Amino acid sequence: MTSLCSGPDANGLFGSFGGQYVAETLMPLIHDLAAEYEKAKLDPEFAKELAYFQRDYVGRPSPLYFAERLTEHCGGAKIYLKREELNHTGAHKINNCIGQILLARRMGKKRIIAETGAGMHGVATATVAARFGLDCVIYMGTTDIERQQANVFRMKLLGATVIPVVAGTGTLKDAMNEALRDWVTNVDSTFYLIGTVAGPHPYPAMVRDFQAVIGKETREQMQTQEGRLPDSLVACIGGGSNAMGLFHPFLDDKDVQIVGVEAAGYGIDTGKHAASLNGGVPGVLHGNRTFLLQDDDGQIIDAHSISAGLDYPGIGPEHAWLYDIGRVEYTSVTDQEALDAFHKCCRLEGIIPALESAHALAEVFKRAPTLPKEHLMVVNLSGRGDKDMQTVMHHMGELENQA
Amino acid sequence: MSRLQSRFAELKQQNRAALVTFVTAGDPNYDASLAILKGLPAAGADVIELGMPFTDPMADGPAIQLANIRALAAKQNLAKTLQMVREFREGEQDTPLVLMGYFNPIHKYGVERFISEAKESGVDGLIVVDLPPEHNVDLCDPAQAAGLDFIRLTTPTTDDARLPKVLNGSSGFVYYVSVAGVTGAGAATLEHVEQAVARLRRHTELPISIGFGIRTPEHAATIARLADGVVVGSALIDQIAHAEDSEQAVQGVLSLCRDLADGVRNARL
Repeated sequence: MTSLCSGPDANGLFGSFGGQYVAETLMPLIHDLAAEYEKAKLDPEFAKELAYFQRDYVGRPSPLYFAERLTEHCGGAKIYLKREELNHTGAHKINNCIGQILLARRMGKKRIIAETGAGMHGVATATVAARFGLDCVIYMGTTDIERQQANVFRMKLLGATVIPVVAGTGTLKDAMNEALRDWVTNVDSTFYLIGTVAGPHPYPAMVRDFQAVIGKETREQMQTQEGRLPDSLVACIGGGSNAMGLFHPFLDDKDVQIVGVEAAGYGIDTGKHAASLNGGVPGVLHGNRTFLLQDDDGQIIDAHSISAGLDYPGIGPEHAWLYDIGRVEYTSVTDQEALDAFHKCCRLEGIIPALESAHALAEVFKRAPTLPKEHLMVVNLSGRGDKDMQTVMHHMGELENQA
Repeated sequence: MSRLQSRFAELKQQNRAALVTFVTAGDPNYDASLAILKGLPAAGADVIELGMPFTDPMADGPAIQLANIRALAAKQNLAKTLQMVREFREGEQDTPLVLMGYFNPIHKYGVERFISEAKESGVDGLIVVDLPPEHNVDLCDPAQAAGLDFIRLTTPTTDDARLPKVLNGSSGFVYYVSVAGVTGAGAATLEHVEQAVARLRRHTELPISIGFGIRTPEHAATIARLADGVVVGSALIDQIAHAEDSEQAVQGVLSLCRDLADGVRNARL
C-alpha cells in the first residue's frame, strides 16, 4: 500500500487539490521558496536550530494531558488533551512561525508579512519577527480587529504594524487577499508567512510539516502513557493547520480514527457557516484548488463562525483530498455547541479553551459518551481562550437580555 | 488568422501601437457597461479587455476591486458577460475582445461549457490571472484547442530561465506587467520598459503590450513608441467610479479613451 503521507506530488497536488494558482509575479517567488525549503529540510543545522527554538522558546513538547474530569463527565472514551494552548503565545500557530522565520532568515528576507483572523497567527508572527529583528506587517480584517482587540494590542506591543482590511466582510479571506497584494508589490524584500495549510504549494506541505510536531509528540506520549496508539483523534478546522499537524503522522495507521470538526456557525442549512467541506464545493482561491464556500456563479461567499480563527471560506487542500478519499471524517459543530463545550471545559478542567478548540471539544462531548472506556481519544486543544473573553461576554450578555 | 493577429498585423503596417482598454463587465451596470463596450472601438480602442467580475481579485488594486464590487452588486455574472459579448459582436466584427479575470468563476461555470460559449459569443482570447503555465491543462490547452488565444502575463520577476515556459503556449499577444504590484500601482521607468521589451523580443515573435500604471495620453504615447500595445485599465475605471450617473460613466470612459487613442496614434509621428 502506498503511504498517505507522501503527498503532495511534484506539482503540489494532493489528488486534484492544491497546486499553484497564483499570478505570474509570484510564481518565481514560490518556486524559490519551495527550493529553499527542500534544501532546509535536508540540512541538519536547520533541524537543530528548529529543535532548539521549539524546546527553549516555544516550550515544547506540549503535554498530552489525561482529562480525568472530562472523561468522567462523558462516561465513555478516555479523553486526552494535547495542550497546544500552553505554547508560547497561547496556540499551535507558533510551531509554524518558528519554522518559517528560520527559513526567511536563510533566504535573507528582511520584512515579514502575514494575514490573521483571530489574531493568534498575527501574534505568533509578530513574536518571531521581534525575536529575529525583522520588520513585520500584519493584515487583519476590520471585523476581526473589532472582536479581537486584545490580540491587536499584543501585535502592536511586539512591534508589528497592523493594517486594517475593510474589503469584503473584513475577515480572514480579505486579509489574505491584501497580504497577497502586498507580496506581489514587495517581491524582493518580503517573506509571506502564511498561517495555515493553504495557499499555493509549498505552503500547505511546509506548514503541515512544521505543525506535524504535534502528531509526532502525541504518538510518543501515548506510547509512553498507554503503551499503544490512540483510537481516535479530534481537531477543529478552519484552514486546518492544527488538525493537519495532529493527523498527518497517523494517516497510515488505519486503526486510528480521525475526525476533523468544521464550524457550522448558525447551522449549515442556514448558509451562515464556515464548513467548506460539508457545505462547499471545489474551486480555486488563494493559490490552491480546494473546497470553497461559493455561490452558483463561482463568487466566494463569506464564512460565518463565532470563532474568528475558523471564519474562512476555504480549507487546506490536503484536507480536501483526505475528505475526498474518505480517510478522515469531517463533521461540524454550531456556534452554540462550541460555546456550551467552552463553558464545560472551563468548569470541568479549569482550562479556558479557544473558541476554535471548543469546536473540537463539542464533537468530543457528542462522541465520547457512546464509546467504550478503553477507547483512547486525543483532542487537540489548539489554543487558549483568553483572546475570546469579549466574544463570550458579549454572547452571555445577549442571553441575559433575552431572559 | 485570428482577430488578434489581424489587428496587430494591420497596426504594424500603419506603424503604430494598439490601444488596449480594460473595463470590468457590468460596471456600473449591465446597460451602461454594454454602452461603453459598444462605444470603445469608435473611441479608438484597438483591442478590448473585458473583466469578468470576481469577489476576490487578488492581483488588482483598489480601482478594479471597486469595479468588481460594483459589477457584482449589479448582479453581473459569467453568463451575462458572455451575453454582453454577443450583443457587442452584433455590430462589431473587427475589434478583438479578450476576457480577463480569475479562474474560479470559470471553474464553477464548467471549463468546457465556458470555452464553447465564449467561442460562440465572439470572444477572441483569455487572460486568467491565476493560471500560470504550471496549470495549462486546466484551461489554456483546451481553450487553444478550441481556437481561443491564451494571453500570458509576464512580469519583472519572470527571469530568462522561466520566460520560455511562460511564452510557450502564449498566443495573441504577450502582456508585460511593467511593475511588480497590483493593477493601478505606480508606473515603471522608461528604461525598465525598454529593457523588458528588448528581453521579450529575444524570446518571442508575438506582439508585446505593456500595462500597469499607464494613466494619461502622454504616458500612453511614450509607451506606444516602445511596444506593440498599451494597456489602460484603472484610469478608465476611475471615470466610472467618479461619475454621478450611468450616462456620465459612459461618456467619461469614452472621452478618456479618445484622448488616449490620440496619444497612441500620434506617438510615432
